[in-house]
Amino acid sequence: MKHRTFFWFFLPTGLAMLVFIAFPIVSVLMQSVFLPHEAVLIETENCGPFGCKVETAIDQEATNKLREAAPLGRFAGLEIYKDRGHLAFSEVGEAWRTTDSLGAFFSELGDLPFYRAMAFTLTYTFVCTPLLIALGFAVAVGVNSLNQRLKGLVIFFSLLPMIVTPLVGSLILFWMIDSRGVLGNFISYLANDPSLSLKASTPLMWISLIIYGIWSSAPFAFVVFYAGLQTVPQDTLESAQIDGATRWQRIRYVVIPHLMPLVTFVALIQLMDNFRVFEPIVGFNAEAHATSLSWIIFNDLSGETQQLSAAATTSVLTILGVAVLLSPVLVRTWRDFKGGH
Amino acid sequence: MKHFKTALMSGVAVAAFATAAMADGHGCKVTDGRVSIIGNEFPAIQTVGAGAQACAGDNVTVESNLTADHQKINLAGMQGNPAEYTTAIIANSSIVALMNNDVIRPLDDLIAKHGGDLQKTQIITINGKAMAVAFMANAQHLVYRADLLKEAGLEVPTSYEDMLSAAKMLREKGLSENPVGGAYKAGWNLAQEFNNMFLGYGGQHFKDGSAEPMVNSEAGVKALEMMKSLSEYMNPDFLTHDSNVTNGEFRAGNVALMNMWGSRAATMTDADGVPQEVIDGFAIAGPMTVGGGSVPATTLWWDGWTVAKNISDADAEATFLAMMNGINPDRILSDDETAKQAVWLLEGYEPTPSAEGVFAAAQSGAIPYPMLPYMGLMHTALGAELTDFMQGKESAEQALGDVEAAYRAAAKENGFLQ
Repeated sequence: MKHRTFFWFFLPTGLAMLVFIAFPIVSVLMQSVFLPHEAVLIETENCGPFGCKVETAIDQEATNKLREAAPLGRFAGLEIYKDRGHLAFSEVGEAWRTTDSLGAFFSELGDLPFYRAMAFTLTYTFVCTPLLIALGFAVAVGVNSLNQRLKGLVIFFSLLPMIVTPLVGSLILFWMIDSRGVLGNFISYLANDPSLSLKASTPLMWISLIIYGIWSSAPFAFVVFYAGLQTVPQDTLESAQIDGATRWQRIRYVVIPHLMPLVTFVALIQLMDNFRVFEPIVGFNAEAHATSLSWIIFNDLSGETQQLSAAATTSVLTILGVAVLLSPVLVRTWRDFKGGH
Repeated sequence: MKHFKTALMSGVAVAAFATAAMADGHGCKVTDGRVSIIGNEFPAIQTVGAGAQACAGDNVTVESNLTADHQKINLAGMQGNPAEYTTAIIANSSIVALMNNDVIRPLDDLIAKHGGDLQKTQIITINGKAMAVAFMANAQHLVYRADLLKEAGLEVPTSYEDMLSAAKMLREKGLSENPVGGAYKAGWNLAQEFNNMFLGYGGQHFKDGSAEPMVNSEAGVKALEMMKSLSEYMNPDFLTHDSNVTNGEFRAGNVALMNMWGSRAATMTDADGVPQEVIDGFAIAGPMTVGGGSVPATTLWWDGWTVAKNISDADAEATFLAMMNGINPDRILSDDETAKQAVWLLEGYEPTPSAEGVFAAAQSGAIPYPMLPYMGLMHTALGAELTDFMQGKESAEQALGDVEAAYRAAAKENGFLQ
């Protein structure tokens, strides 16, 4: 394609990406290096139904003057990135110096919000993704060999977990695993422990969240692989059959290699989706056991005092995390590009 | 590109909008203007909202958005010019965020002009300026199952120590497996239960006149230890139970003793399917003390409304009048159903039996929830950092040290600490 043609072809997309992706990221970056002004506090006498009390309030006039002088706030540089709520450099250094075993060091690390969130997020991402790909693939192969009449119905039911809104889906599961719910009761019967509660135990809560993650995302892998299965060359399959290959051998040596590019695609999308896990944590009320970067952003913004700079910083860290997850494919694309020229 | 957008995501609240269709201006003095209400959702506030909506007419639009997520959207909805919401229904904790960001206006002139019916105690003044009009009081206090206590031969607990021994007895006698209920859900609820207990032990959140935290103290440790002891008698899922779920547990007959909001006490046994013994056995008492303290382990609250700063004076007047109609004592107090919904701070209010707990709290010298600009940050830090202790993963001192560290980082970011 000529450069000129390419320019006009790409312009609308480019503009949309600039407005909807680049500008917001720039805005978040800006917000993450600026802090609100120092609050000018005054003593006030506040009265109400329970009498009068001397309390503190913000002096609006003085604070407004500060705001007018520097509308962006105080420049903080990377200060917020380094504080306890985020990368916590000094706390991590302190933990490294004062602990004598790796186990103790990681337990100290687990006390810091960012690392606690990363521990769950990475476990969730790297356990869910391969399992949901395997499950999606198994369902796709299964459905593909079904009788034509049954297919439509089975496909519909296999897609249901993806159709259900994540928050609603996780709420339903949350009620089911309640100690008085269908699943919770059954599990405590199996374990022969009437006081067993999935919601009170961190490992069981993590397992429930991961099972939910696999359940809700497997249909995506299924749809992609099912579409891919329609393009497997029949000639190759038939010749493999004539050569005496078993069904498993055909899948292993013909189907899987053919679908490999799709596996990469699904893996990437799901790595990124799982990295920003949020809805199940809210739906399962799991914040005592598991948090994620997205949940931290939500929590910073939903308190009585909104912490915009803290939320912006976590957003930038999320973008960086996604970039790291994406890097293998970015490197490969760059190589292909170089090779092509 | 789907993944990038989430990085910028913030909480999106699902809000139910209701526009008044009724043009029944009964007793309402509004002739024209725009009124838009944002507020929490419980029966008493719905009554106030409905009263304001009755002002809708040919030249008056009244919209009301009552949702449990009101705090996530009220500030953003009042910062624009003109503000989307002309009034926010808030409490003594949440008015602080609106004050901090200077989005509400002083009401002195409007009160002088139209506020003749208000009682002096209803007017919330901050630094001499009227900033809100309160309409109800609230506090957490004991609600219990009189039938179960009687069966076990127990007195009504007046302290948390009594509550513990009563719980032990109820469990031993097989009357209730998990007799204690509590809104201990990680986050806001857990932090609030800590505040109650901490103030009951004589604790103070901040050094006098400064934003320096003081929760890692003897009172803090004792408060946490008491909460831990109570949690042994709760449903093991207590860290996921907010006040709604705790109410459900009580209604289902699973709970015999709990500290619950006065605003929910009146309607406690009104739901469908509540067993008869729960309805008959339900009783209300005052808040409990702890550690031999004289101040009860609870906080006093008021709910009231404000008027946005960034709206025209005409809309502000319309809003004020519509909200005055919302809290019209004649309308609210003449109907038994609405009269019992809350402890109304309105002229002519006679306490109903369900108001007993809140009245006891106010009379026994309970402390109002602190109206400090940095209290919200402390509340958030408490809600996030106390869960490890409640699960037995760390000591009380460690958990409170984490609270102070988390609070300090947030307070520095927001310019309250150097």
